Formats: sequence, C-alpha cells, structure tokens
Amino acid sequence: MTLVELMPFSVLVPLIAAPLCALLPGRILPWLLALASAIASTVIAALVLPQAIDGPLSYAFGNWPPPIGIEYRVDSANAFVALLVSGLAVLATLWGRKSVNEELDQPQGVFYSLFLLALAGLMGITLTGDAFNVFVFLEISSLSTYALIAHGPDRRALLASFRYLIMGTVGATFFLIGVGFLYIMTGTLNMADLAERLPEVADTRTVHVALAFIIVGMGLKLAMLPLHLWLPNAYTYAPNFISVFIAGTATKVALYVMIRMIYTVFGADYSYAVLPLTAVFLALALAGMFIGAWTAIFQANLKRMLAWSSISQVGYMLLGLALGTVAGLTATFLHLFNHALIKAALFMAVGTVAWRVGSVRIEAFRGLGRQMPWTMTAFALAGLSIIGIPTTAGFISKWYLILAAMDAGQPWLVALIVISSLMAVVYVWRVIEAAWFQSRPADAETVREAPLSLLVPLWLMVGLNFWFGLDTRLPVAGATAAAEALFGPTGVTP
Amino acid sequence: MAALGHFNYWIVVILMMIGFYCVIARGNMVKKMIGLNIFQTSVFILFISAGKIIGGSTPILRKGVELYSNPLPHVLILTAIVVGVATTAVGLALAMRIKEAYGTIEDDLIHDDEPAAEDEGNR
Amino acid sequence: MREHGILRIVARLLIPLIMLFGLYIQFHGDYSPGGGFQAGVVFASAWILFVLIYGLDDALKVIPERAMFVLMLLGVLLYAAVGIAGVLLGGHFLNFYPLLPGKHAAQQFGIITVELGVGVTVATVMMLIFTQFARRRQLLAEVNEEVD
Repeated sequence: MTLVELMPFSVLVPLIAAPLCALLPGRILPWLLALASAIASTVIAALVLPQAIDGPLSYAFGNWPPPIGIEYRVDSANAFVALLVSGLAVLATLWGRKSVNEELDQPQGVFYSLFLLALAGLMGITLTGDAFNVFVFLEISSLSTYALIAHGPDRRALLASFRYLIMGTVGATFFLIGVGFLYIMTGTLNMADLAERLPEVADTRTVHVALAFIIVGMGLKLAMLPLHLWLPNAYTYAPNFISVFIAGTATKVALYVMIRMIYTVFGADYSYAVLPLTAVFLALALAGMFIGAWTAIFQANLKRMLAWSSISQVGYMLLGLALGTVAGLTATFLHLFNHALIKAALFMAVGTVAWRVGSVRIEAFRGLGRQMPWTMTAFALAGLSIIGIPTTAGFISKWYLILAAMDAGQPWLVALIVISSLMAVVYVWRVIEAAWFQSRPADAETVREAPLSLLVPLWLMVGLNFWFGLDTRLPVAGATAAAEALFGPTGVTP
Repeated sequence: MAALGHFNYWIVVILMMIGFYCVIARGNMVKKMIGLNIFQTSVFILFISAGKIIGGSTPILRKGVELYSNPLPHVLILTAIVVGVATTAVGLALAMRIKEAYGTIEDDLIHDDEPAAEDEGNR
Repeated sequence: MREHGILRIVARLLIPLIMLFGLYIQFHGDYSPGGGFQAGVVFASAWILFVLIYGLDDALKVIPERAMFVLMLLGVLLYAAVGIAGVLLGGHFLNFYPLLPGKHAAQQFGIITVELGVGVTVATVMMLIFTQFARRRQLLAEVNEEVD
C-alpha cells in the first residue's frame, strides 16, 4: 500500500471507529479506541506531510477520476493543517479522560463516538479537494460539536449549543449557496477544476456574489469579529475536554477553508481585486484583536476569558491574510499552528484546575500557585506564549507577522500588534496575580496538585510551545511551504 | 420579461428571505428551527432548478432520448437534505432539553446574566 | 388511537404496503430512481404510522430500542466494510470493480450492498429520532403528574 493510498485513512479511521466506539460499553474502552484512532490519524498525517511538501498528492475515491469523482488533494497547506488537527486530538484525548469522567456519569461510548465524528469531519474538510465535500464534512463536524457542547454540565451549555447551531447552520448554508453559484457557472465542484474554469466566467456578478457568500459563511465559522457571537458561550460551557479540542481546531480549519477558497479556487489576484478584501480583513482583524483582548480583560470566568482571547488571536491570523503577501500568509499559517498549541495548553490548565477545584472563576484561583504549583506554572508559561515572549511559539508567529507587516510597507501595524499583545499581558497577569500574590481564602479547603494523568499531557503541550519557540524548523517550513503552495508556482503577489 | 424568465431564482430569494427573517426575528426556538428549514430549502431549490435542462428528460438511460436533465444536483441536495434533517433533529432535541431546564423556549424569557454563583456549577 | 376503527383498519392496510414500497425503492435503487436514503425514510414512516396508531410500547416490542441502535451502527459499518473490501482487493476506497470478476456484476453488488447499509441506517435513525422524542414526552408527562 503506497502512501497515497494510505492518505484517506487519516479521515476514514476516525470515521469508521466512531460507530464501533458507540457500541463499546463503559468508559475506558471508548476512550482507548478514540485515542488509538487519533494516533493512527496523526501518524498518517505525519507521513504525508513531507511527501506533500514535494508536490500535491491526489486520491480518487472509488477510482472515479477527478473531476467526476471525489478527490482528496493534499498539498503542503492541508497536510500541515491535518497534522495539527490530528496531533492536537491525540493530546486532548490523553488529557481528557479524567476530565470527562468527572463531567459525565453515564457510559461514554456515544460521547467519544461524537468526538471521533468531529475529528473525522475536521480532517475531511482539510484533506478533500471537492467543494461540496467540504460542506458535508463541515456539517458532520459541526453537528457533532453541537451535541458535544450540549454535554456540558451547566444548563447554559444547552443555550450556547442552540445558538451555535443556528449561527453555524446559517454559516454553512451561506457556504453552500456560494458553492451552488460556482457550480451553476462552471458545472464542476472539484476545486482544482473550478480554478481552471473560473477565469472564463470570472467577470460575472454570480461569481462575485459566490465569493462574498463563501467568505461570510466561513467568517461565521471562524468567528471573524462581527460574526463571533456564538464563540464565547460555546467555549465557556462546553465540557473542558471539548473546549480544549475545538479551541485548538474548529476555527483553524474554517480559516483554512477560507484561505483555500480565496487562493486556490478564486485565485488571490482575482479575490483581492473584486472585493475590497484587504480593507475588510484589515478592519475586522484590528477590531477583533482589540475588542477581543479588551473584553477578555474583564471576564471573571476564565474559560470565557480564553474564548475572548481566541477572538483576538483570530484577528492576528486575519491580519496576515489581509496583507495578501506570501510573508503575510506564512505568518497566518504559523499563528494558526502556534495559537492552536497555546490555546489548547491554556484550556488544559484551566480545565485541570476545574477538575480539582470545581470552578473556573478567577476567585477560585486565589492562592492556587502554592497549592497546585505545577498546574499554575504551566498556565503561566502558556500565558507567556500567548503574550509572545521570546523563546515561546507565540513569539515566533508574532515576529513573522511583524516582519510581514514591515515587508508590506505598513509599519504602523507593528505598533498595534505590540499594543494588543500588551493587553494580553493584562489578562494573563490577572490570573497570575490571583494565583501567587493573593492568599487562599481562609474558608477554602486546601487542594492537592492534580494527578499525573492530567499534568503530563498539559506539560507536553506547554513543552511543545517552547519546543516550537526554539526549534522553529517544522512550523516555519510547514507554513512557508503552505503559503507558497497556495500562491502557486508563480508566487505573484497581488 | 427577462426577470420572469428567472422566476425560479425569485422563488429562491423570497423563500430565503422569509426563512432568514424568521431565524433572526423570532424568539421562539421552534420557530427559529422552522425558519432555518425554510432557509435551507430555498438553497435546495436553487441547486435543483439549476439541474433542469429545458426539454431534457429524466436522467434514466433509455433508447430514443438524447437530452437528459442533470442528475448531479439532485444527488448533492439529497445529501444536503439529510444534513438538514440531522440539523433539525439536533436543534429540536436541544429545544426540548432547554424547555426541561428553563421551562420555556422563548429566547427573551431566558436571562443569560444569571448570578455569578451559578458559574460554580460550571466545571 | 387504538379505539378508532377506521384509523386502525386503514393503517393495517397501509403499513405493509408502505413497507413493501420502501423495499421496492431499496432494491431497485441500482438501476432506477431510488436508493437507501429514500427507502429508509419510507420504511421508517410505516413504523412511525404503527406507533401513532398502536402506541410506542407495542411498537418497541416489534423492534427494541437497543436493536435499532445496533442496527444503525451496523448499517454504517456495512458501508465501510464494502469500502475497505475495495481497498483490500487492490483498488481505492469504495471501488467496486475488484469485488467480483464481472464488471457489471461487481458494480451491481457494490451498489446494492452499500445502499443496503445506507437504508438500514437511515430507517433506524428515523425510528430512533422519533422514539427519543416520543419517549421524552412520556417522561415529561410522568414528571408533571408527580409534581401535581
């Protein structure tokens, strides 16, 4: 079996394991199956990445040659995102067992089955080369995510999930409308084929509208600023394990789809010329960076604080996209990768405290620095990474973003990036101050450090933040290759 | 007359706006789901009407027929309908659970700004 | 609604016909319009009609909830198994040609098996969704009675 034939199995393994998982009794067996399939998926994605950097791999389902059949077309951009999604799923699952046991009394077969479906959906979106297939996988992952969020222990999880469902479905349907217009104009759904046939009809109103619908639809899914309303509650009230997983992956995959549609299907020159994308993305990115960070500062619920911080970080990614250069896109991909690591580590740390203390409010963190030193140190280190202190992963992506801004001749952006990073200092510092510089309330019971099964994955995640802060070969090479693959062999900048 | 020639698109647009309005303006969650369904249905009609070829026959291979309608949009929309059914089922199930937890499915009767102490339950 | 004579007689006539129609769509799906999705929904609608007339308890004696759940997953696995068989016999996922020696026979076999998996899953999923909602209302009514 060649590597190309192995490639679709990074989607198929979790997809097929999901129904099996629902049949398994108890708690430990479903978890083991979920972990095993996530690992299998990661291994395949890791094998595919180096090959995909050399050139795109193509797999035709049922041997129906594209553009008639459904094709998986993997170049460095999606191989990079696929590795990120599946790798994060492994670490989240490792961490999640104790947390899920705490939050769910019932047998967990169905819960992990939904998780595997969400993973398969996200991997499918990433690998597929077919625009309609993107919609199907998008809905697979979204529907299972709604159900997973509704598993949250608070009754407000239900409301959060319902509102996410309404907005998410509207977003996905907008994407479908866009794809429908493209299909009406070109008669094909295969992305590579679309890219070939679009230039003939590029100057029609229909194609312009299709681009707008696709961008708005994906903007909803990736929580671009005015469309972000579903995100804070969804992240806050989801089970902690799910918060870790979707905070690291869901918005990133949506961003990838948006980039793929803009760059590969429509072509960067065309998209940026037809719609004022530079201005729109720039405005929304800056608004997101500041409103997100500003709101995060005032949150008493730390999961909600991290959710607002996510909105602010999505702003950085859009900023790279707004620049419309290879350097900017590289910074976007780098931040997509690094932010997933950072946010997963932060949510894991908060989740570990929640597991021990039973609350995620900032008052519950008072004096925890001495009682749970390992957990809180991990939080502080991941916090350094989200601020962007040198030697952390967060620094690397912000550095590349600053370089890209200078390169594009917009030095004023550098100041704004630095200012919004300083706002991140404030919200991270609030937690550190509560944990170390306030004493534990007299009536609070003393808590012990969390067990190793939570600490080890957490520290692995934090370790990755520093590893990729010092040894930047994998993310930088991956992001550069991804950006270059999307700009195409010519590498012309708009 | 040119505008009437595209009457299928007019139907799509009208249905889409009815559905979208319903999703945004209605507080009742079941009505929101109905609106969402109408909204999705309009997109289904967009796809399916695009598959019809004037003078084309049903796409079943047989003798004496040269021109067939395009069957692919139907297949795509079949998938999208299944997705829509699943979305409706999940949405209504959530509405049911919300009714059990809050005693109402009217959005404006549910107050999100509950006392901070309730966050304690959120682990 | 058991006591309504007309409903009962009509349902008794209709249910087998609807089921038969479902099976017709299922097994003619390979060369005429039809297939697993439609057949599953039609088949499930017969069962739902049965529930409406005779009540959920009797309907669950026909097919227990656990059986529906397992069948739903087995349907998906049947689909996956055909896909994997194509890979194991040297083709791509969901490639039917390697399954049997004849080209047409292989396509027909593959499509019918895959559609069977789809049909079973869709039918049981529709039945399960209906059962869950109906069950929930029963539970809710019981809880309300206790409160009163």
